[in-house]
Amino acid sequence: MLSKPLSLDSGQVLSGATIAYETYGELAEDKSNAILICHALTGDQYVGSTHPVTGKPGWWERMVGPGLPIDTNRFCVICANVIGSCMGSTGPASEADDGTIYGMRFPVLTIRDMVRGLVGLLDELGIEQLHSVVGGSMGGMQALSLAANFPDRTARVLAIATTARHSAQNIAFHEVGRQAIMADPNWRGGDYYADGATPDAGLAVARMAAHITYLSEAGLTDKFGRRLQNRDAKSFGFDADFQVESYLRYQGSGFTQRFDANSYLYITRAMDYFDLAEEHGGRLADAFSGHANNSGARFFLVSFDTDWLYPTAESRHIVHALNAAGAAVSFVELSAPYGHDSFLLEVPALDRAVRGFLDA
Amino acid sequence: MIAQFGGSLMPDGQTLRPDLAAIARNISPGTRVLDIGCGDGTLLSHLREEQQVDARGMEIKSELVERCVTKGLSVVQGDADRDLSEYPDKAFDYTILSQTLQTAARPDHMLDQLLRVGREAFVSFPNFAQWRTRTALMFGGRMPVTRSLPVSWFETDNIHHVTIADFRELIAQKGVAVEGCWFFSGGRAISPVGANWRAEFAVFKLSR
Repeated sequence: MLSKPLSLDSGQVLSGATIAYETYGELAEDKSNAILICHALTGDQYVGSTHPVTGKPGWWERMVGPGLPIDTNRFCVICANVIGSCMGSTGPASEADDGTIYGMRFPVLTIRDMVRGLVGLLDELGIEQLHSVVGGSMGGMQALSLAANFPDRTARVLAIATTARHSAQNIAFHEVGRQAIMADPNWRGGDYYADGATPDAGLAVARMAAHITYLSEAGLTDKFGRRLQNRDAKSFGFDADFQVESYLRYQGSGFTQRFDANSYLYITRAMDYFDLAEEHGGRLADAFSGHANNSGARFFLVSFDTDWLYPTAESRHIVHALNAAGAAVSFVELSAPYGHDSFLLEVPALDRAVRGFLDA
Repeated sequence: MIAQFGGSLMPDGQTLRPDLAAIARNISPGTRVLDIGCGDGTLLSHLREEQQVDARGMEIKSELVERCVTKGLSVVQGDADRDLSEYPDKAFDYTILSQTLQTAARPDHMLDQLLRVGREAFVSFPNFAQWRTRTALMFGGRMPVTRSLPVSWFETDNIHHVTIADFRELIAQKGVAVEGCWFFSGGRAISPVGANWRAEFAVFKLSR
């Protein structure tokens, strides 16, 4: 529980917010080896350990652990559930002061608000400056926002497959997901917590639509093609004839077991509101003025050639702004077949780059 | 490799190639440098460690960018033809273009960018008028494949072969001043006498 209230971009104040977090590895006595990993839209604090609801491995277990690129023998890795989410941190499914569930009374958040929560956690832990802040996708947005708004709090920034602003296309896909949730009769204005009838159908559709944006067309073709699911011929009906349909349905329904529909609304909204330049007078370079002339953090941006959600051009845009600000920045576009999700999957070049950047 | 500079000049991996050493010697300590086509960051590391330079790089190959990042260097993957225009005016004291001018889509535009982004620019390139190249063309009647230009015409990255005399003419036309020039053959510095005939490589320091 944060001792200080969080002043939010909306003008509202969130008091007594709880931040649920996990740590991996030992914090050095001088607290110089802390790495904060920021999770993506539907991620959580279980970056390197088994998820308590699904029983599945942590979402970045291939990257975080003893001897791995983010080496917990050397670093103390901290990963916290963002506010607005539903894995223990305060969000729309939490109780408000009056003892009832927030639902849609929960304040609308921004990425910067999430970062304020994370910095609040660092304050509680007594960590003045992180060794690094690391994140992919929405986690990358948080890493950039932390660097822009709290320039003294980290020595390195590693932002993977991310963007400094949500594009019209990004917002459009999120709006499809939100409308699917809100069109579910079980959603009931977000007030669905009492009787267990939750808007699973809407949330599953939201997840299905979003999931497509995380993959590449070539990746989908490679994985499924036009192959049929457990049958020899088309059914001339609307069952999941194709493997890709079956896969998406599975992804959608699995997601509803572990995620709150209102959290999905709030977090996608925060991402849509994200525009780092807008927060800093309209010029992105000004967002990074705290890192001018090599005195600030070292930045490393990584994009993937098949990521059409946050394509390489978005990373280059950030790199140009950092260069204009005089910040120390490196950038590489890696080749990987998996689209946006590449940052979570088997890409040896990413492992090398992450390890190399954190060790140097 | 675009152009081969000697073969066994860095047996211990410590000594700088002589063209890079000439550049390093002519960079003031504590300045800001952008090395375009910085490769694995050998020159940048040297400048940072020996001369306390704020050393930045641009490199087109992702594997080489990775190696630079592992050395703690700030290197951006990019194509100089396209990305140099994104840097602010006079963002650097020096820009460096090593053995890359002859691969640019428009070497003249590239020169303009080098001197816009940097107050001064170092440019090095293989000299197509060196006697080995001339004799290979004259007597072989084919595009030369020599120790300084080891790749056949159909697969070389060198799309704008240039001689020292050509280069001097271009910079004179542009009103660019020569602050210094150095010439190399067989992996060693040579005198400027008859450089267009004798030199395999040239390094120019330019300002506007």
